[in-house]
Amino acid sequence: MLTLSGVSVEYDGAPAVVDASLAVEDGHVLAVLGPSGSGKSTLLRAIAGLEPTAAGSISWDGHDLAGVPTHKRGFALMFQDGQLFGHLTVARNVGYALRLRRTPGAAARVRELLALVGLEGYDDRLPATLSGGERQRVALARSLAVQPRLLLLDEPLSALDAGLRERLALDLRVILRAAGTTALMVTHDQDEAFTVADRLAVMRAGRVVQQGEIAEVWRAPADPETALFLGYARVLEGPPAGVVLRAAGLPGAPAVAVRRSALVVAPTGPLAGTVVSGRITPEQIRLVVDVDGVGEIDAVARLDSRPGAGDRVALAVDASRLAVTPAGR
Amino acid sequence: MRRIHVLVPALLLVAGCSTIGEDSGGGGAPSSDRVVLITHDSFSLPKPLIKKFEDESGYDLVVRGSGDAGVLTNKLVLTKDDPLGDVSFGVDNTFASRALDAGVFAPYDAPLPDGADQYRLPGDDDHDLTPIDNGNVCVNVDDTWFAAHHLAPPRTLDDLVDPAYRDLFVTPGAATSSPGMAFLLTTIAKYGEDGWQDWWATLLANGAKLVDGWSQAYEVDFTQGGGKGDRPIVLSYDSSPAFTVSGGKSSTSALLDTCFRQVEYAGVLAGAQNPKGAEALVDFLLTPEVQAALPESMYVFPVDASVPLPTEWAKFAKQPTDPYAVDPADISAHRDEWLRAWSDVTSR
Amino acid sequence: MTRWSSLSRPLALAALAAVPLAVLGVFFVLPVLGMISEGFWSGGAFDPGAVLEVLGRPRVHRVVWFTVWSALAGTAFSLLLGIPAAHLLHRRSFPGRRLLRAALLVPFVLPTVVVGVAFRELIGEAGPLGFLGLDGSAGAIVAGLVFFNVAVVIRAVGAAWESLDPRPAEAAAALGAGPAHVLRTVTLPMLRPAIVSAASVVFLFCATAFGVVLTLGGLRYSSVETEIYLLTTNLLDLQAAAALSIVQLLAITALLFVTSRLRAVPDPSLARSTARPPRVSRGDWPGVLATALVVVLVGLPIAALVAGSLQVGDGYGLANYRALTTEGSRNALLVPATQALLTSLRTAVDATWMALSLGLLVAVVVTRRSRTRSERRARGVLDGLFMLPLGVSAVTLGFGFLITLDRPPVDFRDSLLLVPIAQALVALPLVVRTLAPVLGGVDDRQRQAAASLGAGPLRTFLTVDLPVVWKPLLAAAGFAFAVSLGEFGATSFLAREDHPTLPIVIFHLIGHPGAMNYGMALAASVLLAATTAAVLLLVERLRVPSVGSF
Repeated sequence: MLTLSGVSVEYDGAPAVVDASLAVEDGHVLAVLGPSGSGKSTLLRAIAGLEPTAAGSISWDGHDLAGVPTHKRGFALMFQDGQLFGHLTVARNVGYALRLRRTPGAAARVRELLALVGLEGYDDRLPATLSGGERQRVALARSLAVQPRLLLLDEPLSALDAGLRERLALDLRVILRAAGTTALMVTHDQDEAFTVADRLAVMRAGRVVQQGEIAEVWRAPADPETALFLGYARVLEGPPAGVVLRAAGLPGAPAVAVRRSALVVAPTGPLAGTVVSGRITPEQIRLVVDVDGVGEIDAVARLDSRPGAGDRVALAVDASRLAVTPAGR
Repeated sequence: MRRIHVLVPALLLVAGCSTIGEDSGGGGAPSSDRVVLITHDSFSLPKPLIKKFEDESGYDLVVRGSGDAGVLTNKLVLTKDDPLGDVSFGVDNTFASRALDAGVFAPYDAPLPDGADQYRLPGDDDHDLTPIDNGNVCVNVDDTWFAAHHLAPPRTLDDLVDPAYRDLFVTPGAATSSPGMAFLLTTIAKYGEDGWQDWWATLLANGAKLVDGWSQAYEVDFTQGGGKGDRPIVLSYDSSPAFTVSGGKSSTSALLDTCFRQVEYAGVLAGAQNPKGAEALVDFLLTPEVQAALPESMYVFPVDASVPLPTEWAKFAKQPTDPYAVDPADISAHRDEWLRAWSDVTSR
Repeated sequence: MTRWSSLSRPLALAALAAVPLAVLGVFFVLPVLGMISEGFWSGGAFDPGAVLEVLGRPRVHRVVWFTVWSALAGTAFSLLLGIPAAHLLHRRSFPGRRLLRAALLVPFVLPTVVVGVAFRELIGEAGPLGFLGLDGSAGAIVAGLVFFNVAVVIRAVGAAWESLDPRPAEAAAALGAGPAHVLRTVTLPMLRPAIVSAASVVFLFCATAFGVVLTLGGLRYSSVETEIYLLTTNLLDLQAAAALSIVQLLAITALLFVTSRLRAVPDPSLARSTARPPRVSRGDWPGVLATALVVVLVGLPIAALVAGSLQVGDGYGLANYRALTTEGSRNALLVPATQALLTSLRTAVDATWMALSLGLLVAVVVTRRSRTRSERRARGVLDGLFMLPLGVSAVTLGFGFLITLDRPPVDFRDSLLLVPIAQALVALPLVVRTLAPVLGGVDDRQRQAAASLGAGPLRTFLTVDLPVVWKPLLAAAGFAFAVSLGEFGATSFLAREDHPTLPIVIFHLIGHPGAMNYGMALAASVLLAATTAAVLLLVERLRVPSVGSF
């Protein structure tokens, strides 16, 4: 089990990670989610032994890893763009670590890994001839080859296009589960995090601001910024928050995070407002409505309704798409 | 791995070529068994002669030669506290005072052969230096050219500034060439402290050409040089006519009234590890065999008057009887100042 | 608690840099400081005033001014001719271009004394180009500088151009930019690091040129380098020599600082183009013109050389070549020219492996990603430090060797290895400049990926860096070999009489009267040129779509 306590990393005296404490249990997958520049990649590099820590400790099963160089930590690292060795074939890339350790039966293990990532028969191809998705699969197989005690994934799917990313995220989850791998994934994409991981840690400005089970974090963002980053459309504070919470039948709170689809146009809804603008998507109509007592806020309507700008509409609130948060600063 | 297999023979090949591990030229021998000669890059003697010295004296001769006489002298001066070797050959009379003033040499009174006494360095009363060879820097002319152009060749330094010889003379410069420096000294000896600069100004006004070295002047610009240039008067040596012989005649001659004598000396270095060996080498350089080999090996005349010259030298390489001379101590004291003045006159 | 990695990184850096630094320290810094301090300590007393006084002399000002402008002019013309020629020779295909590329590097190794003679046979009063009146003019000096250095530009810029990603240029063309506009707005900016690097190296070569200035300038011009030579070897005015050496070092440091700033853009040669170069078309006329000019400039003196070497008496023949196995007429030489060639080759082998191993270490150290600003600065300083040998007079270094390397533990005055070491120092900057851009272009995460898979530092290097740096390493080897074959200044100081290299033999032959010796000198020069061309052609064959720039 990986334990970080009070880890700080500095670049030239400027803090990149501040006082980060985390734990990843064996067999679990932790996603570290944060916007770019939040220090999440630095944290990952520190765990891999690529960055020196300024304070705190990183330990595995209680053993401090300070002084253990990268290649002796037994952590595999997988990059956004795979970083395959361009002059080696797929099979030799995958078998790289096996050859380093002179593992017997390497060839069979390579075939097994290629099957695991769905690339049977690719053994003799060179990385340059592969698609982006295939390259990432090879990189994953290469990382898994020696059954690392921890797999570190640095934005493993970000370089891929949307559809492929979604599919590969699911595959990744299945593969990690099948291999029983302990993993730590860094990403800025909440969908990716939700698909692959069990637990979530949110980083912002170098600090871990929240961590826990995915659903738990989702349900109760630690603060308004976290809520916005997790995909909530707006955070209402003060009287507007009260209005919305009341309409949802919930007790009052100083602030509430509202998803885009929390307000739905419904003839019997408790709220009323004037449509400011509307846009049709394949699934629904997305509106911006000036709600009485709340102000401008996002809402959705069924495709068969046709609210135009200036129309008065009634709105219902879906309580499962709200999250009560502490008030912002 | 395949690459490694290519590498191995390649590395072996490279290792085979390396000079590492090669015998470092007697460097390993104890210092009492070898003599280290520090000389310039023109030093050269037939191998059998060197062998003879080694056999007879019992010492290994190690030769360290690079640079010209100036470089050699300065090397000796800069390393006088920890000399590079035991004995030196090649310091000439234009640089000798600098070496003597610095105390580079230890006295050694070698028995001189006939006629060598006249080449002693003035002022070297302790006999630190032993004259080994001499040669004169003289203006040379292409006699065939002058015959073809129905013009009488020049004879003296004064003639060189005569408009009749406009654009015909080429000389290496004093700052960059040792014959060039000798020629500057010739003019100082001839025209005196007050007159030489004016003479040089007139010379250049008369179309004389300055180049950086002897080979540039002789091989490129001189009509009888390898490059077949177009100037029939050149600064060279008294021995040069011996090298332009064809059909029993030399096409060039040296003007014996324009000469400056250069004498090369050998000396035992102060602080030598093997002073006995050093003395043996100085004696060796004075033996008739070495003296006789000097013209062919180093293009200079022996100091031993009794040694026969090669046929072509005897016939065509006439030596001046009374060349110009400047006191070595004067050269040492004024070299800097003269060169600066010369540069100012010539680079205007 | 001490963090291992925050300490071990600088330590590892220092360990890697230790060997090259030690070599540089012993064989460069120590001798040069030794000579400079001789100037400061006159007559046993510390006297910096005398050195400073030298800097006030009008002659020194004139010399410095001439050095700067002639080197600038030489660099400018080398770029002007070299860049279009690089395009033709590296981005267009035509029969014989490899041969041409190798041949154009030949001047680089020719001894200046021979080139000077060949040049002057052409432009001298009696020569076929005598009507130009170039002999003894500053124009001749600049032409000579270009002759020697244009190949450096062609090679460095050409190599970068070859591997330039063509797509931005294609995109610009698609947006309606004409060829000239594309060149100005897209291609040249992308080539800037290579051009700046080449220009800085060429400037250094020009500013420290020695033989060219003396031979072609007809003594009317002095550069800092020739002045140091005169002051040291003739006048023994060590104060003035020290003053000028300091000027040289300061100027070079400033130059390196400026160029490192100008070069500091991500190297564009990462995105390799693998497309086959197209054939020459009408639009390539600037390249064709420049290449033709370069061929004429480089070809004529070499042709004069070859013609001279074949001249025997009034006819033509191979007698001069046959004579190369002898010791010259009247024993001009201690060893035959062929044996000197062998010595040259063996010395070059040593110089090459030394330059390569040191250069590789330096390149690795200076291109590893820096974590902190001070670390980055340290790497920058290191990078510059190894360029310095290019800018210091061989005379200073040669005398410095003699006065500083004379007692244990650095008693090297007698060592046969002194020559290859000195040559390796001269070649080192070229090696570093060839390897550093390539190593710098390797994504550091490749190395991290290897490390995370369990590969130690050495294994990581073998897996990630070596495959990339393999070909440039060979190219650098060719360069180092050629530099060593042609090096004269330091070698003439350090070579031992019984082991002369070919350039020294050539110098020797040409300095002695006798028509045969002159012909032999030319023949030996042709032999040297041919050997060099053969080595470079071999290297050329080993080069893949190239990497590497200065």
